Amino acid sequence: MFEPVLTSFVREPNSFTLDVSLTHGAYEGLRKAVTLQPGQVIDLVKASGLRGRGGAGFPTGMKWGFVPKDSPKPKYVCCNADESEPGTFKDHVLMERNPHLVIEGVAIACYAIGAKVGYIYIRGEFHHVSQVLEAAIAEARARGFLGRNIFGSGFDCDIHVHRGAGAYEAGEESALLESLEGKRAQPRLRPPFPAVVGLYGCPTVINNVETLANVPLILTKGSEWFTSLGPEKNSGPKLFCVSGHVNTPGVYEATMHTTLRQLIYDYAGGMRGGRALKAVIPGGSSTPVLLPDAIDAPASFDGVVKAGSMLGSAAMIVMDDTTCMVWAAENLIHFYRHESCGKCTPCREGADWMLKILHKIERGEGEMRDLDLLESVARNINGKTLCPFGEAEVAPVLSTLAHFRHEYEAHIREGRCPLPAPWRCGGGH
Amino acid sequence: MTFHPKMPYDTGLHQSARQLPEAGEPFAFTPENLARLEDIARRYPPERRRSALLPALYLVQRQQGYVSARAMAHVAEVVGVTPAEVEDVVSYYTMFYAQRVGTYVLQVCRTLSCALNGAERITDVLSRKLGIKPGETDPTGTFTLMEVECLGACDRAPVVVVNDQWHECLKPEDAERLVDDLRTKGLDALSGCHLCVEKR
Ligand SMILES: Cc1cc2nc3c(=O)[nH]c(=O)nc-3n(C[C@H](O)[C@H](O)[C@H](O)COP(=O)(O)O)c2cc1C
Ligand code: SF4
Ligand code: FES
Repeated sequence: MFEPVLTSFVREPNSFTLDVSLTHGAYEGLRKAVTLQPGQVIDLVKASGLRGRGGAGFPTGMKWGFVPKDSPKPKYVCCNADESEPGTFKDHVLMERNPHLVIEGVAIACYAIGAKVGYIYIRGEFHHVSQVLEAAIAEARARGFLGRNIFGSGFDCDIHVHRGAGAYEAGEESALLESLEGKRAQPRLRPPFPAVVGLYGCPTVINNVETLANVPLILTKGSEWFTSLGPEKNSGPKLFCVSGHVNTPGVYEATMHTTLRQLIYDYAGGMRGGRALKAVIPGGSSTPVLLPDAIDAPASFDGVVKAGSMLGSAAMIVMDDTTCMVWAAENLIHFYRHESCGKCTPCREGADWMLKILHKIERGEGEMRDLDLLESVARNINGKTLCPFGEAEVAPVLSTLAHFRHEYEAHIREGRCPLPAPWRCGGGH
Repeated sequence: MTFHPKMPYDTGLHQSARQLPEAGEPFAFTPENLARLEDIARRYPPERRRSALLPALYLVQRQQGYVSARAMAHVAEVVGVTPAEVEDVVSYYTMFYAQRVGTYVLQVCRTLSCALNGAERITDVLSRKLGIKPGETDPTGTFTLMEVECLGACDRAPVVVVNDQWHECLKPEDAERLVDDLRTKGLDALSGCHLCVEKR
């Protein structure tokens, strides 16, 4: 039976304080790291098979290895705490209840790549979380876990919290750097990649909160322990967010052996009111919806791809049979239209057109040829944009069109939404 | 892309409007806020003072409730950028208000997990109760109603943020009472963030 390690003590009172965290072994990973060579730390992380928890699942050790060792420039670590992907709230819990684990992870990453400063870029709405983090950093600094000459090793490291101000796109790594530099959160053209030219033009590693929180555990428990959890190439503990029409929505820690079905029916208490499952978005709003027949897939990076979607940020949005899928697609495209940074035309204009067409269909004013138009707009965004936001915003449209075309057609035939759920407002607005 | 002959090109969603910021009263940081800003600026390399722009704008908003054009000019001077660069940033991020807002800014999450749990109805109830549409401020200047996108607490849907504070698991039938409670008890009427409650 798997015992949570990332969230093992988050329900304890005052779990966010240094004193409570120390009773659970906080900063032991950092203590061990500074006795090793930076290259050895990177090798350990490589051997663990840790893959990024921010969405793309890129191997973390490899990413750290791209940082040039001989660069005369300062280097930086940025912890991506933007957490704005609809359905995602795992970093929220980690930072709020176990901030020292995150801080320790950032410090070890700094040591491994040779950085002296780390920034935690947190979304502006998490005001209360940024206060928890600031307080935790101050405590760590006061007790010598941050600052100069950590554990007498000669390693100096400081960490700062930087608060965003309401922009989903700031979670995209190069847009995050722009935002940190005091500009609009709009992505940069790559290459060069941030590992070589990142923050202030210096080599920079950007990792998700949960990714970095795993690093101290790899140091204390070893990379074999890490690979022993979960399927091959999908190692380690994982946080899953389950929300929507389930009985007990929340963050659940498990291995990636766990299936989507177990997450919905065992961890999240099953469907609310015992209703039937209609569709599930497995990895945040940017990933294609899956039908109930796909939920026996393991919730791993590779398992969910095989099932026809992506693990993304491991954020499951569960919908029961009262949900109109055209309405759901419209809701998400409203999000993407609002959040498109506007830098490239297919994404900016395409989002607007997709919303317009979806709105028209949902209102009951659609025509059959709107479906082809919708699909053609989506296909003209896909693969033609500066950042992966483009692929993200077409996922809800193309996947609902593929699985629920009959629902779109019913809207058009009947001239109204055939499924106006009681939890919605009468008529779209 | 082929254009659709029956699409209403003239109305609705397609237009973006640039709303000019309010000029506002003369503005300068209080000495405390200026000291705070200098503290924050030290987190970044000295030649990268621009990184303190977002924090500076938060300080403006804390001091006068919104970010006026005059405040932008002041921030530009203090941070060392042009006023146009400041406006560029203010207009991009949704959490900076270039227009005056009410004492309480009600931000209802409208994204999928919250919507599946009744967020549309909450906005509707609040809108009727306050007599304003989303995006507007009531005539007394007490409430501004806004719809916002996913707040990162979807397990506690529907979520409402009032100024910087959270209220979670709001049921549509309790939305009216929240307004009344805000009027009488202020921000104490809010539940706070689920995991933070022990500190209250
Ligand atoms: C539009 C967009 C939004 C993103 N938002 C986030 C986010 O909120 N948090 C996050 O950790 N990664 C986000 N990412 C992924 C980051 O670009 C980046 O891949 C990630 O932070 C890398 O960390 P990892 O390797 O630890 O996963 C986003 C990507 C895109 C394209
Ligand atoms: S794809 Fe969208 S979000 Fe990404 S750069 Fe282009 S306009 Fe901006
Ligand atoms: S959808 Fe409302 S908080 Fe995520």
